Amino acid sequence: MNLTGKKITVHDMTLRDGMHPKRHQISLTQMVDIARGLDAAGVPLIEVTHGDGLGGASVNYGFPAHSDEEYISAVVGTVKQARVSALLLPGIGTVDHLKMAHELGVATIRVATHCTEADVSEQHIGMARKLGMDTVGFLMMAHMNTPEGLARQAKLMEGYGANCIYITDSAGYMLPEDVTARIRAVREVLSDSTEIGFHGHHNLAMGVANSLAALEEGATRIDAAAAGLGAGAGNTPLEVFIAVCQRMGIETGVDVFKISDVAEDLVVPIMDFPIRIDRDALTLGFAGVYGSFLLFAKRAEAKYGIPARELLLELGRRGMVGGQEDMIEDTALTLARERGLR
Amino acid sequence: MGKIKCALIGSGNIGTDLMYKLLRSEVLEPVWMVGIDPESEGLALARDKGLKTTADGVAGLLPHVKADGIRIAFDATSAYVHRENSDALTALGVKVIDLTPAAIGPYCVPPVNLAEHLAANEPNVNMVTCGGQATIPMVYAVSRVQPVAYAEIVATVSSRSAGPGTRKNIDEFTRTTAGAVASVGGAREGKAIIVLNPAEPPLIMRDTIHCLTDETPDEAAITRSVNEMVAEVQRYVPGYRLVNGPVFDGKRVSVYLEVAGLGDYLPRYAGNLDIMTAAACRTAEALAGGMLKLDTL
Repeated sequence: MNLTGKKITVHDMTLRDGMHPKRHQISLTQMVDIARGLDAAGVPLIEVTHGDGLGGASVNYGFPAHSDEEYISAVVGTVKQARVSALLLPGIGTVDHLKMAHELGVATIRVATHCTEADVSEQHIGMARKLGMDTVGFLMMAHMNTPEGLARQAKLMEGYGANCIYITDSAGYMLPEDVTARIRAVREVLSDSTEIGFHGHHNLAMGVANSLAALEEGATRIDAAAAGLGAGAGNTPLEVFIAVCQRMGIETGVDVFKISDVAEDLVVPIMDFPIRIDRDALTLGFAGVYGSFLLFAKRAEAKYGIPARELLLELGRRGMVGGQEDMIEDTALTLARERGLR
Repeated sequence: MGKIKCALIGSGNIGTDLMYKLLRSEVLEPVWMVGIDPESEGLALARDKGLKTTADGVAGLLPHVKADGIRIAFDATSAYVHRENSDALTALGVKVIDLTPAAIGPYCVPPVNLAEHLAANEPNVNMVTCGGQATIPMVYAVSRVQPVAYAEIVATVSSRSAGPGTRKNIDEFTRTTAGAVASVGGAREGKAIIVLNPAEPPLIMRDTIHCLTDETPDEAAITRSVNEMVAEVQRYVPGYRLVNGPVFDGKRVSVYLEVAGLGDYLPRYAGNLDIMTAAACRTAEALAGGMLKLDTL
């Protein structure tokens, strides 16, 4: 693989996907400290707010320590060179959230749908484009659609006004060949001026390898998190990815040592538990289950006595998609009743 | 005794499913279906069932309202044309049941506030959203026991049952449902989430209701209230089923439901669409009861 001289944009996930393993409780001080470190290390784009995006504050996904407005304002006011982005899942957040984020200085909006449901993003992508934002269509759980199917969904989002389309491995299920096939199919149908991005999870330890596979097929944006802080076994570890890019001559503009210091000195100390491929995170990647289900399944195990691994397998078998966190307690209750535990 | 004559505005999935429900009614008689496409399947099915049809929109119906004795009309078209449709019909004394998101009349969730709307003699009532019809009765079942600070609902529908209108304006669902969860359900604050799931075979509609009460929940009273309300909704949606709960966790009360439809015209998994047509039918039957001086509540 020769990617020497390729210029890419790394997009930090620590302060958004990283909210999942922190149960959305990252403090404003922690957020500002980490954002300052990422900015100084040269990270060009930093995503913030609730793990489930704008408007994610809920019983279903968890109430965050601070509001979307507070997180965005704090980080926008901290960074010098980096731009700030926000995620929006139609069905959870609305265009009102989008306008609020824009007014507070968010430059990039990522409108996320399940990989077969792109047509719910039309009003949000359209509005973001009208506001002149860097507008990204974010196709989640991309392993659940074929390369051709994803290409059709990507084309829809491009048609609504997205200038970048992401293939999102929300379950950390894909292997490099899966990424290659999907990015290639999407690249073929999109306009040359539309960028392609890849968002990986590390549940099968494929974060870096999958990101490279995406770059080789023409992706130019890669999501990663310092020390991997993200749902499941975490995102593609940013400092590792930057080091690999430097060895390969891929230009990221991020300093290897500065970003590894951010990971070690600022992010690892705030972890509630080590971000690693434990048996439950492995199950996510193995069975193709939405990454942020992990802690909910562990809590249901503690409360109802059904092993998290069995819950995750059952949720995967039933084809649950991102956002259906409510079905975890429901499934645990049903299984516990069937087994005479309640 | 004569039945109350009705017109269906809209010949799509909702209008057609509603026709089958009205054809079974003991107090309602569908006599007109109004469409805009002469080739539509709904209009053809309506003609088969002996209804008069027009493909000229509401304008095609208006000259016949008096002669055919239309007393109730259902609008299953779109929010954009609803006000015009409604104004033309109510001017002729027709009661209008709005299944669009227009919401120019008050929200109607039958087991919660139908009696109130009948007493107020409202010319137009709105059926909220599918998620609202499925979940607001549960919010109300908790709030009638004790104050609810916050209620949140998660509606998951199969991708196949979410039409282009819903998809183009999904924010309308979240905003309208959240508003009605508070104003009709009786929570001080409401939130609504909708998830589309493409699994095959299609999943039956699922609804989760989370309430946060001010004080520690009265488990026995809430459980009784929830079970009574489930039975009440089952009178018009037999596939409305409590799967789990109510679950009590501190001040959180959670109810897990499944809503299967009757499979009249729409498939059984599309409980989200069925509960709209069933609630509209129930509302019309109550209106008709008043007109016929019957007690159909």
